[in-house]
Amino acid sequence: MAIMARKGEARGWGNLLFALPFLSVYVWLLVYPLLAGIRLSLYRANLFGGEHFIAFENYIRLFRDRTFIQALGNSILFVGLTVPLLVALALGLALSLNRATRFAAFMRSVVFASSVLSVTVLTIIWRQVLVPDGGLLSHFSHMIGQAPVAFLNDQRLVLPSLAVITVWWSLGLPMILFLSALQQVPRSVYEAAALDRATPWSVFRRITLPAVMPAVILVAAYECALQFQVFGQPQLLTQGGPNGASRPLVLYIYETGFNHWDIGYAAAASQMLFALILVALLVPQAARWLPAFLKGRRA
Amino acid sequence: MDNLPENQGLEFRAVAKAFDGNPLFENLDLRIGQGEFFIILGPSGCGKTTLLRLIAGLETVDGGEIFLNGRAIQDTEAGDRGVAMVFQDYALYPHMTVAENLAFGLRNMGVPAAEIAARIGEAARSLSIDAFLDKRPGKLSGGQQQRVALARALVKKPDILLMDEPLSSLDPALRLKTRRELAALGRNLSATVVMVTHDQVEAMTLATRIMIMHDHVIQQIGTPLDIFSRPANLFVAQFVGATPMNLLCGDLAAGKAGKAVFRLREGDIQTRVAMCGLPESTAWRLGLRAEHVALTTPKKPHIPATVDFVERLGEQSWVHVRLADGGELVASEAGVSAHQPGDRVGVSLDGAKAHLFDAAGRAWHPEPG
Repeated sequence: MAIMARKGEARGWGNLLFALPFLSVYVWLLVYPLLAGIRLSLYRANLFGGEHFIAFENYIRLFRDRTFIQALGNSILFVGLTVPLLVALALGLALSLNRATRFAAFMRSVVFASSVLSVTVLTIIWRQVLVPDGGLLSHFSHMIGQAPVAFLNDQRLVLPSLAVITVWWSLGLPMILFLSALQQVPRSVYEAAALDRATPWSVFRRITLPAVMPAVILVAAYECALQFQVFGQPQLLTQGGPNGASRPLVLYIYETGFNHWDIGYAAAASQMLFALILVALLVPQAARWLPAFLKGRRA
Repeated sequence: MDNLPENQGLEFRAVAKAFDGNPLFENLDLRIGQGEFFIILGPSGCGKTTLLRLIAGLETVDGGEIFLNGRAIQDTEAGDRGVAMVFQDYALYPHMTVAENLAFGLRNMGVPAAEIAARIGEAARSLSIDAFLDKRPGKLSGGQQQRVALARALVKKPDILLMDEPLSSLDPALRLKTRRELAALGRNLSATVVMVTHDQVEAMTLATRIMIMHDHVIQQIGTPLDIFSRPANLFVAQFVGATPMNLLCGDLAAGKAGKAVFRLREGDIQTRVAMCGLPESTAWRLGLRAEHVALTTPKKPHIPATVDFVERLGEQSWVHVRLADGGELVASEAGVSAHQPGDRVGVSLDGAKAHLFDAAGRAWHPEPG
């Protein structure tokens, strides 16, 4: 046994060679920049060089920086608006389009079509819709005799507007993931439920929802990570305004690093974002194994 | 069946069903008595599963009526028909435990909790599934899942129990065991059972009556013995039996005591089929089961033939022989046959057991005696 194990181990190290091309690029382009970023966050540094070690001073400064706190709040609010809406809408669409009719197939393509747009095209389209001066929605406002709403210039409306745009843009992939999860449930299970006099609600709660739950957790985690990194939409539509009401963390980091050249400080803000995304990814996972873990402890 | 009240059991009256404009059934009439173990037997695609789904309410009829114990149910929701079904793939709820699977339908029907627990306990004991009541179906073997599916149907105490190929996904040893358990269940169950299968051994061993279907048309309804010994037509004769019935072409003539004689080139065969009842027909065929074909020495009056190949099953053998005119016959021999391919043999046909088939395929049977 011992000999076999050692033999297997030796072969295992040899097999590592196959992973080496990937690992080397991964270390070079991801692990090294991450570590370099953490190091940079401990320095006062600007783009023209000249850095000196200041330990955690950048981080302390961040928590006193009203602009950073506002951006942090914006990011959390943006994720809080987009992710639940995305999950609910994509699940609803998947449920209603999970049938073999031509209309359903057409609608699936229609919903997915918005995902192929680049962020530039997306913002151009939505600017045409939202601008108060001659935008699509302003025509409707005029029709009902109301003054057009300045969606992108109103501090309270700008972030929800960006959230709606983002949800419209990102619905395709979650819907496809939910559809594939729904198709794992054989039709006969639904027929058995019909013979068992199950109501539509109990069919959804006891059969459909448990079947799509892994996909819901996956989508929620993935979209959290993605929407915390929102950048293109506010950068192109609002430049973070009005009064920073639509400036999320990545835009803040970008402005600090490349407009104010304060890259040590920007690196510290990046580490905060990294920590935030890490937590967002771990929470759904924890929600999954925590009940089982607690049950195991009690037994 | 005849002494039961007229409206008990299941009845189809002029039922019609079409898929995408193609008629599957037109004017289908059928009557299944209360408490019967009724098996619908037929090859794949003959419409037997559709028939079951019409009863269950998973498909709607395009015409006609279905009565269950005197109540027209064709427009009733599936859950309100008093019907339970065992699906071919079992269709257990994957995210519920076995106990929850059994309880789900009962809760939806508003059965009190104490009653639910009692019914589950009873079904679990009689089907030996107590040990895994708190497991998910995914953790069970195919045979265990099959028992759970059966238990889920039985706890509902349905008026009619439907089973769609319930044994087809089990391995052969388990299938035999489960088949015998189903037979015992059928004897003890007061509910009407309608089961669909393409396996004639299941049909012969389990059914009180069998209905044979082919191309969406009922070929014959009868007891297993009836179907085997008096097949209504060529299809049934060829479909039922361990090996298809032997067929020979020839002419008819009147023989002794008003019985028909079948004329082969090699000689006449005196049958026991009454000549007077036979219609005019352009062609006649003689049908004989393999056990009524005997192999002897190649001498007159036996028909000369050559052994093609032999299937030895242990307890019996099928000997396939070829006649001089190219016709093929299968003879059954007890035990392990000593015949080898190429052997010259004589074939002796037991005319008293022979059936006759007219040009349309309709069967005429020997009179007993």
